[in-house]
Amino acid sequence: MNLHEYQAKELLAKYGVPVCPGRVAETPEQAAEAFRALGVPLAAVKSQIHAGGRGKGKVYEKDLTTLRIDRGVALVRNVEEARSVAAKILGGVLVTKQTGPQGRTVRKVYVEAGCEVDRELYLGCVLDRKAGKPVFMVSRQGGMEIEEVAARDPNAIVKEPLDVGYGLRPFQGRRLAYVLGFGGETLGQFVKMAASLARMVVERDLSLLEINPLVVTKTGNLLALDAKIGVDDRALELQKQSDLEAMRDVHEEDPVEREAASHGLNYVTMDGNIGCLVNGAGLAMATMDIVKQAGGQPANFLDVGGGATKEMVTAAFKILCRNSGVKAILINIFGGILRCDLLAQGIVEAVREVQVKVPVVVRLEGNQNEKGREILGSSGLKILPAKDMGEAAKKAVEAAGLTR
Amino acid sequence: MSVLVDRNTRVVVQGLTGSAGTAHGNGMLEYGTNVVAGVVPGKGGTAWESAQGVKVPVFHSCFDAVRETGANASIVFVPGAFAADSVMEAAAAGLKLVVCITEGISILDECRLRPFLKETGTRMIGPNCPGLITPEECKLGIMPGYIHKKGDIGLVSRSGTLTYEAVWQLTNLGLGQSTCVGIGGDPVQGTDFVDVLKYFHEDSGTRAVAMIGEIGGTMEEEAASWIRANLKKPVVAFIGGQTAPPGKRMGHAGAIIQGGKGTAAEKYAALREAGVTCVVGPADIGRAMKAVLDGKGR
Repeated sequence: MNLHEYQAKELLAKYGVPVCPGRVAETPEQAAEAFRALGVPLAAVKSQIHAGGRGKGKVYEKDLTTLRIDRGVALVRNVEEARSVAAKILGGVLVTKQTGPQGRTVRKVYVEAGCEVDRELYLGCVLDRKAGKPVFMVSRQGGMEIEEVAARDPNAIVKEPLDVGYGLRPFQGRRLAYVLGFGGETLGQFVKMAASLARMVVERDLSLLEINPLVVTKTGNLLALDAKIGVDDRALELQKQSDLEAMRDVHEEDPVEREAASHGLNYVTMDGNIGCLVNGAGLAMATMDIVKQAGGQPANFLDVGGGATKEMVTAAFKILCRNSGVKAILINIFGGILRCDLLAQGIVEAVREVQVKVPVVVRLEGNQNEKGREILGSSGLKILPAKDMGEAAKKAVEAAGLTR
Repeated sequence: MSVLVDRNTRVVVQGLTGSAGTAHGNGMLEYGTNVVAGVVPGKGGTAWESAQGVKVPVFHSCFDAVRETGANASIVFVPGAFAADSVMEAAAAGLKLVVCITEGISILDECRLRPFLKETGTRMIGPNCPGLITPEECKLGIMPGYIHKKGDIGLVSRSGTLTYEAVWQLTNLGLGQSTCVGIGGDPVQGTDFVDVLKYFHEDSGTRAVAMIGEIGGTMEEEAASWIRANLKKPVVAFIGGQTAPPGKRMGHAGAIIQGGKGTAAEKYAALREAGVTCVVGPADIGRAMKAVLDGKGR
């Protein structure tokens, strides 16, 4: 789960990391009030969405063609400006490099006091899967995407692994500080800040931390000018971070994926014509692949898991059938734990209840598969059986009328 | 011959009296696995009875179980919040092989396991995996036993049901397996492809290797480098998630393309370069292996 910038900064402030004063606003009036309360000559009105590239993004009306304002982050110098800029941004759809063409509706802006920037740097902490530990990364090229820096000049990024049992050691903090060109008081400030960030990553189960840019102000102080924080979903599921869970913004999540999750289904929306219902994540990915190879386009990833019940199968069918792009449904089950006869029963009941209008192709293998096939065969429903996943994909594509 | 488990493996089941522990405790016993003990804190001194009426002693701790039964491997069916601790207990008690089936351990807990297991010299398979099986000898996992056949193909995979799919294709073509290892779908794992490939490399009972990878991370690329430098046995590989959109987690916590990295295309390219026979159709894994063994494949 990701946090908004204003939430990330709230958390950073709790760990003693300097941030500019700011206030979140949901209406133009609140934005005007925020500017007044900050009492500064210059402030930034920043769109709050879970995607980067906001500054260079454009805010449109819902039709995605009428331009409201040509940037997602705008500087304002007085109360009136704060109000009018917020009015243009709020309720508009912000399209950036990272949002995709459909953009994201902006529901909140963060009004933040301006500051005088001397240098822009990068600091991040991500999981190094191979090493099995989070790793801190810094670069002098702040304001740029780290992937871009890595592609252009990998040596510009310096990394220090985090010992989760101990924290970031002082020498590691010093090394990163020297790389960033710090000396004197700023160096001390940075080492302290880095140790504090490491503590935050461990205590709050963060899967991603990015301060980009981390700035040095004209007065020589450090400041987190933008921040991105991701929280480990597993930790949230284990209810380890309830105050972070409270920061969840459901508007930033795909409503269908969210609904699926509430039924214990693992679902990812895609743009295609063959709906897929599979048990197991690996097999579900492979099923999408074989659909594509057979000439179709997978409409989704859907893993019903090892303990799928009739209720889960019904919920899955409802979700698949709501997508008007779906021209056929492919069910691919390899019963290990899951019993095919129980699943077949679930399919029959679900197809009846949901009144599925598109062809359904079913491949059942594994635990009690013969009984399962019998149930499907004698159901009187138009369910097309397939003997293996290759045949199933071919039949689904044919039934959908997509044959090459 | 086989790797990691065989008929001498003496298994302790952590969480044996829970629903998953009971179901798979039964499954393992039915397959013929030597389940010698259960560990459930608070239930020491009791006995668990299998569906067939086999009584298995239950202990408070792995320390007791090892001392009393000579167990030498463990399988963990403990909920996510406590699973890492259970794995560490098994390791501390001297068990050298621990399979962690649990899905949902936090990433940092998985990070904490690494150095602990290194110190005790314990091999962990998983977490979030189906376990491993040496056909007709020992099933230390949750896979359906009947799809396997004894033989000389080593199989290693990040998936569960896709592993069953691949095994079933092999078995139907008469290609038996030496050992099948499901290393799991999490971002931080106890055992990676290279670890298992090393076992297969050294095992005289393994003639060829089937490898099932997926998007996310760089484990397949590391396997490719290792294969290129070391492995003389033929390898057939499939990578799942060729059609997965970037930035989305595909069910497995570790199956995600991040910052444009971890795509199936990159993995296939690395594997091809290493001389691995790459299969893009998930229904063709068995056939490709047969072709390679018949000398018709690459």
